[in-house]
Amino acid sequence: MKAVVFGGTAGIGRAVAQELAARGDAVFLLGRDEASLRRSAADLAARHPEQAQGGWALCDLEDPTGFAAALDAADAALDGFDAVVITAAMFASQAELEADVELARRLTTANFANTVAFCEHVRVRLLSRGGGWLTAVSSVAGDRGRKPVAIYGASKAGLSAYLEALDHRFRASGLWVLCVKPGFVKTAMTSGLKAPPFAGEPAGVAADIVAAMDRKRPLVYTPGVWRFVMLVIRSLPRFVMRKIDF
Amino acid sequence: MDTLTGWGRLPEPGRELFDEDIETLTRGAVLSRGLGRSYGDSSLPASPDDKVANSRFANRILSFDPHTGVLRAEAGLTLVDLVRLMLPRGWFPPVVPGTRFVTLGGMVASDVHGKNHHREGCFGAHVRALRIRLADDRVVECSPEADVDLFDGSIGGMGLLGHILEVEFTMHRIPSQWIWMERERVPDIGAFLESISRAAPEWPMTMGWIDCLKRGEEMGRGVLMAGRWASADEAPARNPGARPEITMPVVLPDWALNRATAGLFNAAYYWSHLRRRAAGMMAPGAFFFPLDVILEWNRAYGPRGFTQYQCVVPRAAGPDAVRKFMEQLTALGAASPLCVIKDCGPEGRGVLSFPMEGTSIAVDIPVSGHIQRVVDGLNQFIISVGGRVYLTKDRFTRPEDFRAMEPRLPRFLALRAKWDPARRLRSAQSRRLFGDAA
Repeated sequence: MKAVVFGGTAGIGRAVAQELAARGDAVFLLGRDEASLRRSAADLAARHPEQAQGGWALCDLEDPTGFAAALDAADAALDGFDAVVITAAMFASQAELEADVELARRLTTANFANTVAFCEHVRVRLLSRGGGWLTAVSSVAGDRGRKPVAIYGASKAGLSAYLEALDHRFRASGLWVLCVKPGFVKTAMTSGLKAPPFAGEPAGVAADIVAAMDRKRPLVYTPGVWRFVMLVIRSLPRFVMRKIDF
Repeated sequence: MDTLTGWGRLPEPGRELFDEDIETLTRGAVLSRGLGRSYGDSSLPASPDDKVANSRFANRILSFDPHTGVLRAEAGLTLVDLVRLMLPRGWFPPVVPGTRFVTLGGMVASDVHGKNHHREGCFGAHVRALRIRLADDRVVECSPEADVDLFDGSIGGMGLLGHILEVEFTMHRIPSQWIWMERERVPDIGAFLESISRAAPEWPMTMGWIDCLKRGEEMGRGVLMAGRWASADEAPARNPGARPEITMPVVLPDWALNRATAGLFNAAYYWSHLRRRAAGMMAPGAFFFPLDVILEWNRAYGPRGFTQYQCVVPRAAGPDAVRKFMEQLTALGAASPLCVIKDCGPEGRGVLSFPMEGTSIAVDIPVSGHIQRVVDGLNQFIISVGGRVYLTKDRFTRPEDFRAMEPRLPRFLALRAKWDPARRLRSAQSRRLFGDAA
């Protein structure tokens, strides 16, 4: 693959970039912190000096006006990418979001509207060259309206619905759309939250994502056990959901 | 209440924070930890509210020069990753401990030693520079040329002078991806010590295992291993594959490991080496990290956990001192299935670094009602022969005993007074040994 990883300097994105590079894929990084992009690009180069180096460009999920230019840079560096992985997203706790309407607006805009806009740029480019992989990290939080993730989960629910429809609509044209639903993963994003049982780590989640891309799957829960956890949660009646704090 | 544990599985209340950006992560933190492989309380917080920074997602390699072998990386890079990436390219870390589940930051803070200590010294001997976040949140670069006192104090300093952010050290070129190994069954402790000192000048890597449950004539019978990197001509053409790993599925009950089962295990291990001598090619993973095949093997010690007592008996105390230590150990009734022996070369530059010229002995001891008595008893002996214990393994040494065995302590405390006068950086271990605030 010739892959673009948006959010590839940290968390799941860094692990996906390392995983792709380890198996010989060229990787181009997008992110909003130049110093961190430089360090991550150096990391990939030091790990796999024999490989063609992808490079990096600045791209901020909160600034959709920069999306096209960032993808142009990736296309130029990779001579036409065929895979895009989007791990960039905003996160805040329900308490923080309830206390700050502006933050809630920014988060839902970035995680839903802007992510969809980015995917649309990618979709057009990939379809024009006969298809490819479009992978975006949504969340188990979008599977059900739940108290502790009411706003963040809503942004991910929208994204999941969009990615599912995209798969239905364009699979026949060669676009492999993958919706990733991580359960709790230990990263900076979730630091400070109490880790539940079955908490994942970035490296394992990245391996699951790349394996699902290889198999052209439309949906992956990671760690895998979350598929069953969410099956239960989705089937709980409303009066139970009102009572529990999950 | 959330708890954190070291490898010995004894908990302390606390919670750790993760971040892929090590500078953000360590800002305001009072303790750094990595994979939690230190056995005792050195990576556990002094107080439940302390900000503990877990560095293991800060794992980027920042540069590697294939001409000189100089590598610089963030402190959370693990030895697992490093070996997996560099072994096929013909490079190996200059010093590795007995497990590859450690981070670079931990390797510096513990100043780890390995099977090649008599040749290469500790890991710290190969470190060229450290980037450190100080107690006042400043970030500085130190090396043998700049702020050398901070550099020397941080090597083996258990992270108490500053958070280690980046490590620059020199990798070693290796002639092949295989180890040539020779193994010898040795009937008793006297013969063992003689063999290991005879092997030292010939072999870059040596270590041994002895049965410390045997008394009388067979006391200290064991297996001595020596190795070197195989040359390109003698090494097999194929690459050593990854070994299959298994996970200890459950926590064994407390009674599972007792004198009888440990004795059986030891006898089985001893007699599994049927031939008195054996030699052959070995994959580096199996040679350097023998226990890593069983993930979470610490569960074998049951819910009450265990400690490892590792000490060094100085060469100056004479060969009989090691035998006396073994006698002391059996007299105190400590049943250990594994007792690892290594001969150490001279003391390194780390101010509190563990090894010194002599014989290092490591025994696992399950926690029980009389664990404190056992550790105290062993410590009295170690003080009497001028030896010391390894802080990375320690959980039960009393502060007065540590002071008595550590003449370098005033120098370390002076460094703390200079770099962290308020003693903001602390751990459960520094609370216990140095009286830091909870």
